[in-house]
Amino acid sequence: MNIEAEPASIAARDLVVLEDVTKTYQMGTQEVHALAGVTLTFKEGGFSAIMGPSGSGKSTMLNLLGCLDRPTTGRYTMGGEDVSSLDDDALSELRLRHLGFIFQSFHLIPQLTVKENIELPLFYLGWEEEDSATRAHELAARMGLEDRLSHRPMELSGGQQQRVAIARALANDPTVLLADEPTGNLDSATGAQIMDLLCELNGLGKTVIMVTHETEVAAFARRRIHMRDGLVEVIDGNEEGEEGAES
Amino acid sequence: MKRFKLIRDIRLGIKNLLLHKLRSMLTMLGVVFGVGSVVAMLAVGEGASKEALDQIRRLGSTNIILTSMKPSGDAEAGSMRSFMSVYGLLYDDEIRIRESFPHINTTAPVRVFRKEGRLGPRIIEIRVLGTTEKWFDLVRRPMIGGRGLHERDLENSSAVCVLTELGARKLLATEHTIGEKIKIDKGYFEVIGIVKSDSGNSTSIESPDQDVDAYIPINVATERFGEVISRRVTGSFERELVELHQILVEVESTDHVESASKNMETMLKRFHPKKDYKISVPLALLRQAERTKRTFNIVLGSIAGISLLVGGIGIMNIMLASVTERTREIGIRRAIGAKRKQIIVQFLIETVVLSTIGGGIGIGIGLVIPWLIEKFAEMPTVVTPWSIVLSMGISAAVGIVFGLYPAIRAANLDPIVALRHE
Ligand SMILES: Nc1ncnc2c1ncn2[C@@H]1O[C@H](COP(=O)(O)OP(=O)(O)OP(=O)(O)O)[C@@H](O)[C@H]1O
Ligand SMILES: [Mg+2]
Repeated sequence: MNIEAEPASIAARDLVVLEDVTKTYQMGTQEVHALAGVTLTFKEGGFSAIMGPSGSGKSTMLNLLGCLDRPTTGRYTMGGEDVSSLDDDALSELRLRHLGFIFQSFHLIPQLTVKENIELPLFYLGWEEEDSATRAHELAARMGLEDRLSHRPMELSGGQQQRVAIARALANDPTVLLADEPTGNLDSATGAQIMDLLCELNGLGKTVIMVTHETEVAAFARRRIHMRDGLVEVIDGNEEGEEGAES
Repeated sequence: MKRFKLIRDIRLGIKNLLLHKLRSMLTMLGVVFGVGSVVAMLAVGEGASKEALDQIRRLGSTNIILTSMKPSGDAEAGSMRSFMSVYGLLYDDEIRIRESFPHINTTAPVRVFRKEGRLGPRIIEIRVLGTTEKWFDLVRRPMIGGRGLHERDLENSSAVCVLTELGARKLLATEHTIGEKIKIDKGYFEVIGIVKSDSGNSTSIESPDQDVDAYIPINVATERFGEVISRRVTGSFERELVELHQILVEVESTDHVESASKNMETMLKRFHPKKDYKISVPLALLRQAERTKRTFNIVLGSIAGISLLVGGIGIMNIMLASVTERTREIGIRRAIGAKRKQIIVQFLIETVVLSTIGGGIGIGIGLVIPWLIEKFAEMPTVVTPWSIVLSMGISAAVGIVFGLYPAIRAANLDPIVALRHE
């Protein structure tokens, strides 16, 4: 069982570094600057929330961080490796080995069972069937879903579905967990449970980067990055610990 | 670890197809009928041509058959005044061929007579063929009983005869007749054997033993029946002097058939100012029949190919719809870390599984149809193993060719856009 990564080292190293990153979409003749020059670092073991009004570029940033997209200009390194120059296969490999995604609308595959959904990353990692079954059981048990393994996502509540999604995101033992509005489709009580889970995972050493526009949800993070019009407006809190939060 | 990857991928594909059973079945239909028609048509075509080819082969592919023909100008002159028409192949022709032509194995002369045959109380007109023992080397037919003509039968001018199956039936002779005597014209002949007749009943190819009832030594025939053959034709007698009705020639190998037949033609031209002979070459007929068969196969193949094309387009159409329907799933898989290649493989496997299962069912149908045809239409059919291998290959290829485009479409979806779909 190696869900728990090693506890965050005392002097956490810079895991993800963005240097003057821009992302421009061409809409006909008009250019949309979804990101207009962002310089940011995410430390290993940190817990950051990206906040801001709709259209400020939060999802764009998370997609970049998640290696689903490449910046238009600027440098983006992850664990020292320049990601902006990698090809599609290399980006897929990075996602497969080091990243875990949690989405607002869960994004489970409806025709697969809970177990098969959790096993999905392991399938692409080429795990043996027994190993991946064991792993799926462990993860489901951790999420309190051990009796739901053969269910289809549609037969589960929203909170349960999101926990399946988290189990799936953890299956490959990722370095970074990326969550886009993970509580957006949940009621506040269920949302709080999910946030507790994310905090717990962060406590176990996972770097968590989350997009949200709810202040109560953002409060779980150790650092909040406020965005506006594709730029970082304010950062409050400190990834190293709670003490910097109020300053 | 990698060993089981493909099996797992295939299982995943089958599972996905089973989620939409009806749709998968309908998608397969095109390939089912395409492959079914390929196998069935080839079986029918093969059966039809095999019969023709077999018959030609029975004539012997190293044989050349020379036949006497009444020259067209002579016909009226002969019948107007009971003139004797003299035409046809000569004894010398055979000798020339046998002795001066290269690469000749054997030759057999043939004279044909229509005579009254009698066995016990039964009297019937039979066709008697005077020849030598060589005939039996050239036209190989299994003996039903007894023996064929022998060299010594000719040397001793023995009054012996070999009945054909056909002749035996006419005279109501059986194997027990062997050793007894039958009366042909005015003389008695001892039956020494019964030989099987050519079973084929093709209309286009004349085999030399067609309609023959009995074989006797050629020298005995000439001695008893004379050189001149008189026939009653519409009231008047028609008298003909034909030395040999046929000469059968066997060359050493198929390579020599063409040159030998050309040489014979040249030689015959020199000695026969009127064209009173015909040269037929079974090998040429065989080649002709093979060409016909090939054309036939190409036509059938094209028809089957079109139905497979339609089937393939059907698969492509459904797969494109499936890709659109599963855009989100593709986005999820890509976000999790699936490479483009793996998405391509996933969709390609689905189409290949679909088309090969369809192909398998199609082969089943393609085997049943010829069986039914054979049973109820009584047409010969031949299912060749290569037609099955070919169909299986074609159906897999259809899956790959028509699955590739939808699969590439799926793999090239931008994961972000795909995730946002719906
Ligand atoms: N594929 C795209 N093509 C064109 N413009 C895009 C595309 N994706 C995003 N944008 C634009 O980029 C800007 C930032 O979008 P983004 O989705 O990052 O906003 P957001 O902060 O996540 O908003 P929300 O809170 O509504 O999710 C928007 O103006 C959006 O219209
Ligand atoms: Mg967003």
